[in-house]
Amino acid sequence: MGLDAAFWIMAVVGVAAALSVVFLRNVFRAALALVLCFITVAGLYITLSADFLAAVQILVYVGAISVLIILAIMMTRDVQKGSPFNKMKFPVFVIAAMLLGIMIYTVTATPWAISSEAPTSPTTVPLAQSLFSEQGFILPVEIAAVLLLAAIVGAIVIAREKDK
Amino acid sequence: MSVGLEHYLVLSAVLFCIGLYGALTKRNAVIVLMCIELMLNAVNISLIAFSSYIVPTLLTGQVFAIFVMVVAAAEVAVGLAIILAIYRGLTDIDINNINLMKW
Repeated sequence: MGLDAAFWIMAVVGVAAALSVVFLRNVFRAALALVLCFITVAGLYITLSADFLAAVQILVYVGAISVLIILAIMMTRDVQKGSPFNKMKFPVFVIAAMLLGIMIYTVTATPWAISSEAPTSPTTVPLAQSLFSEQGFILPVEIAAVLLLAAIVGAIVIAREKDK
Repeated sequence: MSVGLEHYLVLSAVLFCIGLYGALTKRNAVIVLMCIELMLNAVNISLIAFSSYIVPTLLTGQVFAIFVMVVAAAEVAVGLAIILAIYRGLTDIDINNINLMKW
């Protein structure tokens, strides 16, 4: 019962925050709404008993990515024309609504094989075992490390001022 | 009716479609990146919901969600760097005006 109430609160607040990201005119307020949406997603992870991922969501999205986005908004504040829509507003709305309808139909019509076991909790130790063990995901973890290194170097090279 | 897998999947679909709508219709490049982050978060919700309802003891979906987060962090870092570079060159981040490579 408590989890149900938490889900509905998170769902309503999250969808409202996502809508305000799209529809607010002020870019900075849109970024703050995005932060609120990230926080509600972290709450949803907790209701799904994914405690480690909820903490990672707060650290990475609320802590790092939102700061990056707000930094970019401040660096580009001279072009503040708000966040206008382009000419494709209504065709894209129709397409997105159709996609939403198809996805909701598919989700509700599929007989999911729901397991009756209780989810693992806490998840930190099993996640570490499946990420770093020999039979687990150690190779993707190493590739992800290379990807992050390449992204850092690439971001620095792209964003750096050109030497005169 | 208690909350089940379908609720999480429908919520994920709603968030994904809101993000898709924003990413395709906004003209500010930073807002487009923010909407892409929304879409990635929606996908993460559905991955973790599958993980905790279908295979509650395996955590495979949560591992996938971690990799999605890694790629999202890399993507937003490089994306914002590109936006800053474009802004330095054109003093504009309106996607309609960034058409140097349009044929």
